[in-house]
Amino acid sequence: MSSVAASPPVGVSRSKRSRRPSTATVYRWELRKLVSQKRTYLGLALVIILPIFFVVFQNVHQRHDRGADNIFAAQITQSGLATPVLMLLFLSVFMLPLAAVLVAGDIVAAEDGNGTLKTILTRSVDRGRVFAAKALAAVTYAAIAVFLSAAVATVAGVASWGFQSVRTFSGTVVSAPEALLLVFASNAIYLIPLLTVAAIGLLLSTATRNSAAAVVGTIGLVILLFIIAQIPGLEGIKPYLLTEQFENWHGLLRTPTDWAPIAHSAWVCALYGVPALFAAYLIFLRRDVAGG
Amino acid sequence: MSDGGSPPPVKARGLVKRYKEVLAVDHIDLNVRTGDVYGFLGPNGAGKTTTLRMALGLITPTEGTVELFGRNPMRQGARALEGVAGFVEAPRFYPYLTGRKNLELLAALDGDGASERIDEVLGVVELAPRAGHRVAGYSHGMRQRLGLASALLRRPRLLILDEPATGLDPAGMRDMRRLIRRLADDGITVLLSSHQLPEVQELCDRVAIVDSGRVVYEGALSDLRRQGGAGYRLRSTDDVRALELARLQTGIEHPLADGTGLGFQADEDAVAAFSLALGRAGIGILALTPELATLEDLFFRLTENGAGGSQPNGADAAQGVSDSDRLVATQ
Ligand SMILES: Nc1ncnc2c1ncn2[C@@H]1O[C@H](COP(=O)(O)OP(=O)(O)O)[C@@H](O)[C@H]1O
Ligand SMILES: [Mg+2]
Repeated sequence: MSSVAASPPVGVSRSKRSRRPSTATVYRWELRKLVSQKRTYLGLALVIILPIFFVVFQNVHQRHDRGADNIFAAQITQSGLATPVLMLLFLSVFMLPLAAVLVAGDIVAAEDGNGTLKTILTRSVDRGRVFAAKALAAVTYAAIAVFLSAAVATVAGVASWGFQSVRTFSGTVVSAPEALLLVFASNAIYLIPLLTVAAIGLLLSTATRNSAAAVVGTIGLVILLFIIAQIPGLEGIKPYLLTEQFENWHGLLRTPTDWAPIAHSAWVCALYGVPALFAAYLIFLRRDVAGG
Repeated sequence: MSDGGSPPPVKARGLVKRYKEVLAVDHIDLNVRTGDVYGFLGPNGAGKTTTLRMALGLITPTEGTVELFGRNPMRQGARALEGVAGFVEAPRFYPYLTGRKNLELLAALDGDGASERIDEVLGVVELAPRAGHRVAGYSHGMRQRLGLASALLRRPRLLILDEPATGLDPAGMRDMRRLIRRLADDGITVLLSSHQLPEVQELCDRVAIVDSGRVVYEGALSDLRRQGGAGYRLRSTDDVRALELARLQTGIEHPLADGTGLGFQADEDAVAAFSLALGRAGIGILALTPELATLEDLFFRLTENGAGGSQPNGADAAQGVSDSDRLVATQ
């Protein structure tokens, strides 16, 4: 800085009306931050490696699970399209929620921890927009994790066992293109409970200001709900547990399509997710940024 | 400088911030006028950072209000920060992004063509050669400069800086002060917190001195000097009797004997009267010299007594100077 006098002058701002940045601009930068961080790839790696590992394992062992209790497990080597369904069945319980929470639980708390929250909150965007951008980025990440995992499972399955028709839960045979569409739709429907988990992660991220606490807290809640579901005598509340909604997409894989569990999960998830998101928003708007 | 009727850059009224038992800020009023280089001076823990956080809308005041150019950051959010830039405590950046990417991000959040100024501000703080490196590898001084660069992206009319030179090496400190001086000369109003008296003396024309969350003085530095009165040292043939006489003499304030002579404060008329009184009492004057740099004494008198008890000042001042952890009065 010793030759400061030689540098061009920094003028005083004119009093012209300035345009303030949109939520979309903030959102794009939230995505860029995610792309630049190693931890982003941890969750994605998890949900990509597992389907690949599964397909390789099946190929090596050449198992023909005709006696399997699950209809898709039973036809695993008959159609590559059984693989993504089986993987969603497996990953939807824990791995995908974990991947979603790794980012949702971190996205506010990490900036608290390294003090950058004060940096971005003293620019020209209101807190509400920063929050919206962060929520959208967390949602985007969860959706990418789900569809990337499904795409990898589909490609690996089809490469190993071909693009064949499959039998669904109702025993109906659906053509390969239709099955592919159902795989896509199932993953989309699964996003309803998954994004609800992300909203809870975001709430804990905002409230606890600690990434680890937010991730562990959200995953702990998921595990707790699974345990509650196992307690005898509590069958009555089971349909209202968030974790039960992880199976909401099963209705798609029946003929005729069973829309009831999907509709049910939509409002049950809204009951969890909307208050969580709203609470997170209010906390973010009002909180003191006293660290960093 | 005249305000021309427009709202002042910073106007705080009765600001209070309480953290459970800690009263971090206790009814602070501030008046930063257009064109000021305003020093917000006080020892560590005085409440400077907390006050600046409230000014920037980062934390909610427990009581009171602060307005920037007449806008309230609590009610108007980012709109209140138009024309305002700065940082509290050490500026923080995304360590996994380069210096330039950090500025690109912040410029995007500023809008208003800020991204076109990135090269310019990197040049101003002389960080251009390292702009392509990740902030994770930056030294404290480089981060401090990047903080200033990020503030300048906003073309501020008011720059809020929280101890910007703290933690820098002497050359870095000098450069930082020179840069602040230059920005002030360009017409930017500066609100600068510091626990270093020389820094404030060098840069600022008006000050607020805070201690334990309260403003103990606000006004021009020159008035503060005048208000304290000039200090004098006397060596005489009989210091013990000279002290007794000084205590009885009107206009002689804070007389204090310290083995090598007598120190006191007085205006010139009182000094003249005192010298005559000494002569009448048969005490010979060996030396009677005015003492400059009484600002430090004043400062310590204000911060030691203003908020707390009311002990004699001389002893406090001596104690204060040695207590470098609380406040740096010398370099
Ligand atoms: N987030 C906080 N929680 C509790 N106490 C705080 C917090 N921030 C500051 N304080 C306390 O408030 C007082 C003033 O702190 P600060 O404003 O940082 O002083 P300064 O910047 O003048 O050194 C200190 O006693 C400090 O411990
Ligand atoms: Mg401080």
